[in-house]
Amino acid sequence: MNDLANHGASRTSATSRFPAHPIVGFAGTSFKHEHLPAILAEGKLEGFFEVHAENYMGAGGPPHDALTRIRRDHPVSLHGVCMSIGGPQPIDKTHLKRFKALVDRYEPALVSEHLAWSTHDTTFFNDLLPLPYTPATLARVADHIDEVQAAIGRPILLENPSTYVVFPESTMCETGFIREIARRTGCGLLLDVSNVFVSATNHGYSPLAYLAAFPLDQVGEIHLAGHARQTDDEGDLLLIDSHDCPVADAVWKLYDLVIGRCGPRPTLIEWDSEIPDWPVLRAEAAAAQTILDRHADAVAQERIRASH
Amino acid sequence: MRPIEPGWPGGSGPDSSFPEMFARALLDPDRETPPVVAGPHGKAAAKRYNVYRNNVTVSLINALAAIFPATQRITGIEFFRAMARFHVRATPPGSPLLFEYGRDFPDFIERYEHAQSLPWMSDVARIERAWLDAYHASDAEPLTPQAFGSIPPEHLGDTVLLPHPATRIVRSRYPAVTIFSANRGSDPVGQIEAADPEDALVTRPKLEVAVRQLPSGGAVFLTHLMSGEPLGAAASAAMADSSTFDLPANIAGVLAAGAFSDFKFGG
Repeated sequence: MNDLANHGASRTSATSRFPAHPIVGFAGTSFKHEHLPAILAEGKLEGFFEVHAENYMGAGGPPHDALTRIRRDHPVSLHGVCMSIGGPQPIDKTHLKRFKALVDRYEPALVSEHLAWSTHDTTFFNDLLPLPYTPATLARVADHIDEVQAAIGRPILLENPSTYVVFPESTMCETGFIREIARRTGCGLLLDVSNVFVSATNHGYSPLAYLAAFPLDQVGEIHLAGHARQTDDEGDLLLIDSHDCPVADAVWKLYDLVIGRCGPRPTLIEWDSEIPDWPVLRAEAAAAQTILDRHADAVAQERIRASH
Repeated sequence: MRPIEPGWPGGSGPDSSFPEMFARALLDPDRETPPVVAGPHGKAAAKRYNVYRNNVTVSLINALAAIFPATQRITGIEFFRAMARFHVRATPPGSPLLFEYGRDFPDFIERYEHAQSLPWMSDVARIERAWLDAYHASDAEPLTPQAFGSIPPEHLGDTVLLPHPATRIVRSRYPAVTIFSANRGSDPVGQIEAADPEDALVTRPKLEVAVRQLPSGGAVFLTHLMSGEPLGAAASAAMADSSTFDLPANIAGVLAAGAFSDFKFGG
């Protein structure tokens, strides 16, 4: 297993403010403030919580209080949404400083960002926007990831995007682009299986072919989320990465296949809109945990057989 | 088109222009689909590109709705979203921190032609924006009445109070605090009888944001204190502003609200 991409537990050091918690082999959920009382009432849970870094970039107040309470009992995954790594503009130094401060403060088990851009000039678009895949964009994305990793002093996981358009100027396929980024920067990968399914449907390729070409050994985390259905200009199905409903059956099947191939990896149920009551979200994570546990057992049996 | 900055590494490459082309039409529905994008296998890209347009516009409208829930409750959802859409297109965020967004929205509401019959609404929005500032402000222990009581009487006039990081004042010519409070929650809004001007004091001494109506002269008193003037000078300004200004009651009120974090002597 790639040590850069898969930390065994929450990071700790001699000056740690929080205990280490294991994250390998566990499922987790997005952390939403409205769930805090229900989560605290259940006491310590097995599993992890993921937060969007930008929501904790205020100076103080309830967000930091809530995240501190969550972090005390659980591993936390810090998921950056706005670093705009995929754009040609230089990384926003102020934003990077805020990001580093969160990494230092909460000692997250996982740190991730997106292969996308969200800011152009001074306008922040609040969406994960796509980029062409060329040697020139590759060089720039690699530089940006080098800069982020140098600033925070540890590797990040880079997430594959869900996309709706293609760029005719692209000269590389997405999996080739991502593989080369990981090779050049030493970053790990966050494989969003839902994004694979959404993009494959939208662009008319096989999700299995995409996964076969994806460097699964670099995967340090997996995302699963619900999607919505629309149609494109030709009236064909266009899937929208909406994060507002349960994970689809087809995505669960792909996920099962991925875990069968690369072994248990920390797996997050993302749910960011139309947020359900805590038990619904917890049940989605339990479904992922069941798949993780089944494959963990299979790996263990394999080892026992091999040792006899 | 904006010239490409020579300082960007690889700035002469063909990729440098894709965000410029892609971004220009995101907030402008009258522009054509940018020619840098396409559908796969020769398919059209109009509806596909519109997914991004929709994500951007709707998510930013949602951000405003989350920051200004009482304002939305007053106008109704449809009115609010139409108003917010105009604002999002004219003034998109300049920071990736969405909790900083909407600072220009109250002024926009004040000018918005369809909101002219609700002249107090921009002040309700100003209280909501101040509420979110207080929510995210730095943590600090509030100055307690006991600590304040330890100040020797002969020093009171020269005492300068240090504002708590969360403290905000919103002045209004309308009963903005009453309207804000009635619409901020989910309880039914009854008949609002208030008609007099109301100034708001927004504080967050611990984790809960509180919005109070200031008594007569209170806003002038607090504004002077927060700008660093000593207690004596602030009290004089408040008494000049309001003949009914009650100094002991105002001091007790601001301390109970947790509006200050410390004090020092000598203005």
